[in-house]
Amino acid sequence: MTQRLFPHPGLSVLLIVVWLLLLNDLSFGAVLVALVVGLLVPLFTASYWRNKPGLRFGWATIDYVAVVAWDIVIANFQVAWLILFRRDRDLRSCWLVIPLDVRQPEAITTLAGTISLTPGTVSADVSADGRSLLVHALDTADRDADIARIKSRYEARLLRIYQ
Amino acid sequence: MERVAEILITILIPVGGAFALIGSWGLVRLPSLMTRLHGPTKATTLGVGSILIASMLYFPVYEGRFSAHELLITLFLFITAPITANMIAKAHLHRQGSGIDPNPADEMPEGLPDPTNWATFRTNASRRSDAQHPDEN
Repeated sequence: MTQRLFPHPGLSVLLIVVWLLLLNDLSFGAVLVALVVGLLVPLFTASYWRNKPGLRFGWATIDYVAVVAWDIVIANFQVAWLILFRRDRDLRSCWLVIPLDVRQPEAITTLAGTISLTPGTVSADVSADGRSLLVHALDTADRDADIARIKSRYEARLLRIYQ
Repeated sequence: MERVAEILITILIPVGGAFALIGSWGLVRLPSLMTRLHGPTKATTLGVGSILIASMLYFPVYEGRFSAHELLITLFLFITAPITANMIAKAHLHRQGSGIDPNPADEMPEGLPDPTNWATFRTNASRRSDAQHPDEN
């Protein structure tokens, strides 16, 4: 019964929070409309979420967001430094191929987005079989070390969030 | 309290502006399309982020009302920036693959690793043949 009424509790919470943030208002009417939207939208779209990923919200999620937020700040300083002071011919930019352990499309999307936001890397494409990710690095000293860093720092944490 | 907020805001706005400027300068300065993508996806997120944090501090302290829209702007920015970069990178791979407008600086020293393998180069025909012979992968 709960499963049928709330097919996607995470989506409901997200919708309610985003709706309230958009309205910028915590009055009774605003909360009421937010609840209606948060309950009805997952109900009507449930048929499109057949393979919804099992998400664990908890310390693993908070840990992941904190690590990524910190890395984004560091990434900005590193990239700003490279842009300002590195000559073009000294830039060691190259392609990295990252073998993936995560399998769900949602997890791969999260990983690709994280890679694009963090130090000196932009994800470009995923392989046709979904087993590896094509990433462009702005400046790499050691490819294998960079691949290992992405796998241990982000992918290992994502594996704990997505079941 | 007001003094602390004032100091924080005066630090955050120039820092944000500086990062946005550096990101845009990177767009002009870097040699090839793939390296140019790094400027706007990163330097700009902290630039816009600092200005949004400054705005979130300013409104409660000086006008006595809390504004949550900055959080949403940050959220949407973090969702859209990687996707835009991804789309531009894919379009670029295709242009390189078919030799349209080749910029010599865009050529990577060792080229693209295994160019047949990536999802963006898959045509509908090869998808259909995969469906008929699913165990080839």
